[in-house]
Amino acid sequence: MSNTTANLLYLLTIAAFILALRFLSSPRHARLGVQIGAAGMLWAVIVTLALDEVVTGWWWMAAGIVIGSAIGVVGAKKVKMTAMPQMVALFNGVGGGAAALVSLVEFHSVWAHAGDVGVERGIATVFSALVGSISFAGSLVAFGKLQDLISGRPITYPGQQVGNAVLFMGAIALGAVAMASVSFWLLAAAILVAALFGVVFVLPIGGADMPVVISLLNAFTGLAAAATGFVLHSNVLIVSGMLVGASGTLLTTLMARAMNRSIANVLFGAFGKVVATPGAAAAGEDGATVRSVTADDVAVMLAYARRVVFVPGYGLAVAQAQHDVRNLAELLEEKGVDVRYAIHPVAGRMPGHMNVLLAEANVPYDELFEMEAINPEFPQTDVAVVVGANDVVNPSARNQPGSPIYGMPILDVDKSQNVVVIKRSMSPGFAGIDNPLFYDPKTVMLFDDAKAAMEKLIAAVKAV
Amino acid sequence: MSAQLVTELTILVLAAFVGFEVISKVPTLLHTPLMSGTNAIHGIVIVGAIIVMGTPHPGLFMQIVSFVAVVLASANVVGGFVVTDRMLEMFKKRPDEPS
Repeated sequence: MSNTTANLLYLLTIAAFILALRFLSSPRHARLGVQIGAAGMLWAVIVTLALDEVVTGWWWMAAGIVIGSAIGVVGAKKVKMTAMPQMVALFNGVGGGAAALVSLVEFHSVWAHAGDVGVERGIATVFSALVGSISFAGSLVAFGKLQDLISGRPITYPGQQVGNAVLFMGAIALGAVAMASVSFWLLAAAILVAALFGVVFVLPIGGADMPVVISLLNAFTGLAAAATGFVLHSNVLIVSGMLVGASGTLLTTLMARAMNRSIANVLFGAFGKVVATPGAAAAGEDGATVRSVTADDVAVMLAYARRVVFVPGYGLAVAQAQHDVRNLAELLEEKGVDVRYAIHPVAGRMPGHMNVLLAEANVPYDELFEMEAINPEFPQTDVAVVVGANDVVNPSARNQPGSPIYGMPILDVDKSQNVVVIKRSMSPGFAGIDNPLFYDPKTVMLFDDAKAAMEKLIAAVKAV
Repeated sequence: MSAQLVTELTILVLAAFVGFEVISKVPTLLHTPLMSGTNAIHGIVIVGAIIVMGTPHPGLFMQIVSFVAVVLASANVVGGFVVTDRMLEMFKKRPDEPS
């Protein structure tokens, strides 16, 4: 079929994708939306197979689709919900890689026929090749960091930013020269340099900033796909890629705002440097002590409370304690306690990470409260239980102008009547700063792994 | 600048606005499924991968590169949709509450 007919038929796909995103606005319709989206994708593949220009390589195609789908299904089915951020990063990366390769192959035919690319198509080719490649390599590094294959701490070295800038400019320059001289190998080289840039770009960004990075890389892949659409003159690629680009950009902005930092600060700030700021570590060193308690003490507090608010953080994900938290909450509900969950926007390693984990543990979503909704409730809360969260409940964000996280909106757990902090040790959170909450007279510390602590609490509450 | 490019740019800009409009209505509760859903959607690059695979190429090397693109894009599409569906399956309202 001709390109025009195909573009007409692709309209169904475009409508399906927009509907899919539209349906994601409510948990009730969301699943239907995703199924509509998947149907739209299948339709796009069928239409593409019927295109006039697709005349050969059927076996390659079939094998590629089968292998790719198998990888996708196995990966998606096997992954634990706690490992979701790295899985999303991985699927994001392969999409970016595919976009870069498509541009490379498409450019090869221009090069092989000693043709002229044209400025417009040249820009689109270089854009999709480089951005796709950055997204691919960057996502792999993000995957490595989240999977603990690479240190989650910011990795910094002297001259880093200058070096990165040189790599970035180098990739663009190589790409431009590749277009001007119509050289396939130069474009391939540009893609490699861009991949290298992707690696060094994500390396200095710490684990807790991953929600921003993953959103940004998501936007990158979307834009790379849209640029591929300009190369191939395919409207469906342009629209779909741009939808994703818009979504990723929006999420990136939201995440950065939730930390009260600019996107530039997250990407280039390398939080590690901030640690040395004077005043940051002062909080706990003026003779204040922490109160350590046993699970039995906490169980009594919880069992006789009227309202308990759980504040989950990344520690909960690491310990895979979501089911145990749910069990404890159910036990408390049976005793007539009003149980809620307070979700900070950047808790965890990707936007909405905690929501997914708690949903997996069958926590009804109407018990999950966003920061703005739960903050006014803390003064009427008897016990706030902080499970593996740290920086998102650090009061110095509110009252210590010298603190590196000053100005970041936090969950006001310190305003509740009692605070229980479940933590493995006194080590500071990702931002590397002390948390005055731990020294608050209202606060007790339960030093344990989140999962072990929950199990002990369940047993203790049953015994009360 | 060709007429086609102008049309394509128009589509791009409109798509950006549609995207911002639709996505700003997604609650934070669903941000992870949103991200993984849009992840699946950018798997649309599979269309590009099929086109380059299906166009005749001189030489094995380009066929291999196209093949890799098909594999990556398929993994992106299928993995993305399956994982999103798996996540959304879990989001439930309180069972005993009359809705």
